[in-house]
Amino acid sequence: MPEITLATSESSVERRAALRSGDVERFERILEIRGFEERLNVLFASGAIHGTTHLAIGQEALAVGLATELEPTDLVTGTYRGHALALALGMSPRSVLAEVMGKAEGPMGGVGGSMHLSDRNVGLLPTFAIIGAGMPVSVGAGLAFQYNNEPRVSVALFGDGATNIGAFHESMNLAAIWNLPVVFVCDNNVYGEYSRINLTTPIEDLYQRAASYAMPAAVVDGMEVAAVRATVAEAVERARTGGGPTFIEAKTYRFAGHSRADTAPYRPEGELEHWQQRDPVKLAREALVAGGHLDANAVANLEERVGKALDDVIDVVRDLPGPSLEAMFDNVWTR
Amino acid sequence: MSQMRLRQAIVAALEDEMDADPTVMIMGEDVAAAGGPFKTSEGLLEKFGPNRVRDTPISEMAFTGAGVGAAIAGLRPVVEIMFMEFLGVAIDQLVTGAAKMRYLSNGELSVPLTVRASVGSGSGFGCQHSQTLENWVTATPGLTVATVSTPQTAYGIIRAAIQDPGPTIVLEPRALYAVRGEVHRGPGGLIPLGKAMIVRPGSAVTIVAMGQTVTTSLAAVEEMGIDAEVIDLLTIAPWDRQTVLDSVAKTKRLVVIEEAPESGGWGSEIVAAITRELFSELVAAPFRITAPNVPVPYSRELEARFLPQGADITRQLRHYLSTDSVPAPWWVAERIHSA
Repeated sequence: MPEITLATSESSVERRAALRSGDVERFERILEIRGFEERLNVLFASGAIHGTTHLAIGQEALAVGLATELEPTDLVTGTYRGHALALALGMSPRSVLAEVMGKAEGPMGGVGGSMHLSDRNVGLLPTFAIIGAGMPVSVGAGLAFQYNNEPRVSVALFGDGATNIGAFHESMNLAAIWNLPVVFVCDNNVYGEYSRINLTTPIEDLYQRAASYAMPAAVVDGMEVAAVRATVAEAVERARTGGGPTFIEAKTYRFAGHSRADTAPYRPEGELEHWQQRDPVKLAREALVAGGHLDANAVANLEERVGKALDDVIDVVRDLPGPSLEAMFDNVWTR
Repeated sequence: MSQMRLRQAIVAALEDEMDADPTVMIMGEDVAAAGGPFKTSEGLLEKFGPNRVRDTPISEMAFTGAGVGAAIAGLRPVVEIMFMEFLGVAIDQLVTGAAKMRYLSNGELSVPLTVRASVGSGSGFGCQHSQTLENWVTATPGLTVATVSTPQTAYGIIRAAIQDPGPTIVLEPRALYAVRGEVHRGPGGLIPLGKAMIVRPGSAVTIVAMGQTVTTSLAAVEEMGIDAEVIDLLTIAPWDRQTVLDSVAKTKRLVVIEEAPESGGWGSEIVAAITRELFSELVAAPFRITAPNVPVPYSRELEARFLPQGADITRQLRHYLSTDSVPAPWWVAERIHSA
């Protein structure tokens, strides 16, 4: 086995804690997520990885802001568009890539793949590849926390498309009537698979839906980490202190297509370019420079270092062995 | 030992598990204040309070999924699905969610969830509330599917399901809720999952039954006075191959009697597996006595013919044992409908 000498040899809990160190560390994580997914896209396109992938390019600030405000003991359900969430919560690029490439070293032993990432040390349940399926599970985790009087918070992260599936309504309703410590975070990236939100949903401001459950709601600019942190912190505090669930709508934009095969030709002209003006990488970089935390030179060095580390991870993971045939039969039955 | 109805045996199983383990809680539609639509949780709200016995909205997807999440986070939830049909709107949470969590966590997560669902014909509920539907869930590696047939098996299987570290669904024949029987309470009354039970030993033919057909099979065998070995399968997935194999190796004949439409029924699995293992030793082709390929009809006269029972079973067993050939189902034999 190749020796792990990269920064990614930190534990997921340590990587999670690093998010609370400061803006530079959070910027670094955003860069890492962006760089990871850009490289992944190339690897998929070249056939180096089989199957499909769903990129969250443009949605990194939401993942990083959310992860910063949660404790590793809180439980999170996410979606098949899950690399950003997994990396933000603390999983290492090596760990995520090993799973995406179906390697034995992957956290699921290679039986999961891109859509199913999990690390219990930082509270990430296996990400759900069925739209909306994580929400009832988050309600149940919240129920267990309430039942056991534990000051833990359950978080469901899902897309705008999920607000049209029954699980959304049922889960919001159940969390509300039982006053459960659940934070529903809707990543409104404007597209549900290949369809723009206006074609599928009569409103574009999804936070309005919380009113029918008498649930506190907030809408936040999902492109800015600081804004996300403030909104999430308030909701988490409410949940942790017995105040019940909150619905957060984060306004983001999906820079990539739905999945590997989708080049998103259906976008209105100029929409992508409009949103790229609010690219979370760009906003975070500008804020750090404007605040005097980093100069242009330091930013360039950081970007180069993160990119180099990712390239090294790819070189290592590429050569890792795949799972044994026996692994296919493991962990099916609990009894 | 005490005499009780099957539904009371379910209450007893729930009560004993809740007494033994404070993480056991139950939720479902009308399970608390009303004591359950079929009185299978009567008195539990009064004894254990509203935190552990919860009425839910009519939201099977949410509360089944909540069972999955709560189980992952440390509870042992028991979720009641009033009629198995209602699992249709929640099946994702059980089949695609609960049953995959262990696989998708490299064995780190377990989902000690029990789902209970009432099933079956015989109560005049019509075709949307009378199916058994075990075939919705049996092709799901990781999900244990069990049934009950008597008050004792109800008590023992449900307690075992709650104690099991993985997700389990227990199918309860609704028409049997009022049936009385002796129940041995306590740890000795548990019935292990994954094990079939020989309810009547014999050497002439092996009859595999499950749920309501255990009773109808036994009645037919007693009426005929034949030396049949009757096996209550109890757990359909994963089913107890060894017990059935050992029995058929002895009797050389196999009949599966099942309450479900002929196509896609669980008996096909039993017949195929046993035939593969014992083909050359069999003296007659294994076969299945099933319901016809129709929805469960409402009219009393029609519904009475849906479940294999009485003369339907005895005629076919008599033919099979006397000729070593496979009889036609009643709707063919009586020229009601083609095969």
